[in-house]
Amino acid sequence: MNGTAVLHSIIDGVLTGSVYALMATGLTLIFGVMNIINVAQGIFVILGAYLSYALSVHLGIDLFVGLAITIPTLFVVGVVVERLFLTRIKGPERVVMSILVTYAVSLVIEGVLNMVFSTNYVELHAWYVDRSVKVFGIYLPYIYLLGFAMAVVLLTALYVMLYRTRFGSSVRASLADQTSAALVGINVKRVSTVCFGLGVAVTAAGGMIYGATNAFNASSSYDLISRLLVIIVLGGMGSIGGALVAGIMMVTIEDLVSVVWGPVWSNLAFFLILVVVLSLRPQGLFGKQTVRVA
Amino acid sequence: MKGNSRLFRVFGVVSISLASLAAVSTTSGASSSGTIAKGQPVLIGASLSLTGDFSGDGQAFQQGYNLWAADQNKNGGLLGHKIELKILNDTSTPTQVVTNYQALISSDHVNLTFGPFSSLLTLPAARAVSRYGYAMVEGAGGAPSVFQAGLHNVFDAALPVANGLVPFAQWLASLPASQRPKTIAYVTSTDPFTEPQIPVAEKIIKAAGIKTVYYKTFPAEATDYTPIADAVAAANAQVVILGSVDVPTVSAFMQAFEQAHYNPKAFIATAGPDQGKTFVNAVGAGNANGVMVPNAWFGGSSNPESKTMVAEYIKKYGGTAADVNADVAEAYAVGQVITAAVKATGGFDNTKIITYLHSGVTIQSVLGAVKFNSLGENNQPTAYTFQWQGAKFVEVNPTTDPGATKILFPKPAWKN
Repeated sequence: MNGTAVLHSIIDGVLTGSVYALMATGLTLIFGVMNIINVAQGIFVILGAYLSYALSVHLGIDLFVGLAITIPTLFVVGVVVERLFLTRIKGPERVVMSILVTYAVSLVIEGVLNMVFSTNYVELHAWYVDRSVKVFGIYLPYIYLLGFAMAVVLLTALYVMLYRTRFGSSVRASLADQTSAALVGINVKRVSTVCFGLGVAVTAAGGMIYGATNAFNASSSYDLISRLLVIIVLGGMGSIGGALVAGIMMVTIEDLVSVVWGPVWSNLAFFLILVVVLSLRPQGLFGKQTVRVA
Repeated sequence: MKGNSRLFRVFGVVSISLASLAAVSTTSGASSSGTIAKGQPVLIGASLSLTGDFSGDGQAFQQGYNLWAADQNKNGGLLGHKIELKILNDTSTPTQVVTNYQALISSDHVNLTFGPFSSLLTLPAARAVSRYGYAMVEGAGGAPSVFQAGLHNVFDAALPVANGLVPFAQWLASLPASQRPKTIAYVTSTDPFTEPQIPVAEKIIKAAGIKTVYYKTFPAEATDYTPIADAVAAANAQVVILGSVDVPTVSAFMQAFEQAHYNPKAFIATAGPDQGKTFVNAVGAGNANGVMVPNAWFGGSSNPESKTMVAEYIKKYGGTAADVNADVAEAYAVGQVITAAVKATGGFDNTKIITYLHSGVTIQSVLGAVKFNSLGENNQPTAYTFQWQGAKFVEVNPTTDPGATKILFPKPAWKN
């Protein structure tokens, strides 16, 4: 272990963590606005990866250019899923029911993907996926740099949308208190639908990077959703900033521990930190302490 | 996070599990008396990983079991009884596999059981099945932990995994000093399939004077391999032995190696490169060139039984001999072992089948000769090393084997 290796692991952690943060942002946005734990977020990421794969392999469309198609497509998928299944969930059991409903959605999409693409692993390829640039003696893969840049752009866009637009005000009002938001004339149902669509849409971008850096099949969604849930729990359920910090923190800690103490300790160290944080702040790093009433 | 994902899946199927357990609790004590009424089918139960981490292997196993059953039924089934397979999905989780076998025996009253995929799942499955007195013939549970569990009912038709890397290690050691690599890195997943292979190989390689410059294990749940692969690259070993269980692990290491501009002279992974087109599609055809994998079977095997099976596979599923996953052959061999045992014992009595398989008898299969020792290990198969050479997957080791192709060494540069 040397200083370069440590620095390398931190850079890797920040670059990779930002993409996880992007995927988790969608999940936490959905929870914050709708009180829904979308456990289908993992399969939406994989769906995004498969869409990029199909466009790349069958139409020769570059992975990043393809996002112009996959992001709107997944937005529509999100809106349809929300309209068809989630608007019907009401009452005090809403959170628990949302887990079951979105799990069912996840299973259906997984089955369809298995039928269409089989269970064979695939991976996205482009000239920049396997290449890297040397900076101060450290090789930085283009795909991680591009993924980081994309995550920054998309998260900035999300921030601008939330804090500089009228719709963003509606979202933030809904995040704070749905009943009060409705009382001041905000169409909370519409906000919820659009937020679910946005939350799913970001998985297209995350899925593309995931698919370019990992061989995947539909079952890879289980690894993803468990990781994304951990991120939003650590960051604070419903906190977009929390998802950003926790996503980067999780991967960076794992990578750093892997280099300093050995790979076998990486997960353990992260979960130890998670337990400590949740013991001191059960609501997560940036979560609200109040309990939302549906 | 695979461990978490397993927990998550367990959570997802908990209701099914509870229902199955409830059924088991009311019907336990299923018999395996071995008699089936005339005209009734023989029901064989298996749990396979049709989804989850091992889904690729699990579905290949399903093809192998189905292929064997179809072939056997064409020839009159087993002792005149048509074979029916009942295959349940264990989602690649050790808890679900136990539930499945309990349900298969107690609720479905299967006559015989076939094993699941992977050592990780075979051990809990064999334990569960042994409580009912059933034999478990399997083709993918070759880890020492399976045989050291003191079970009398488990029989692995495939190669015991601990010896998988021996031909590769012996080949390295046999190279003239001028060509022999000086350094080696070992990195392995904490899995019962991968971990036992490394010390056996290391002993041989170390004795040949090749210095170990990196030796680490990583959790089977890892999803980000970049820092581990970067550390291996930084060690700059001339040879890398990767203890992997699937394609994504190998693919992630290869991608990180290429990004780090690190190209070892020889690279072998314990599993992943044997997955045919799936592997090549994941890593890219150029990068597959020169990558090695240990195994006991390949589609080009000259074994007549294997040739017949491969022809039937291609007829049914399409593709070429190179596309046939070794899992298919391992599953098919399980069926062949049971065929021989049922014929020899004249029935479906699991106690008699267990006694027969422990008798030291040799059974011919698509994997070659199968003969079980007292632990249920098949001590007959030869371990081979295979290598991707261009678009071909060829046998390269043992180098003395008449069918062996010359090893591509040093490995060509990454090329995507």
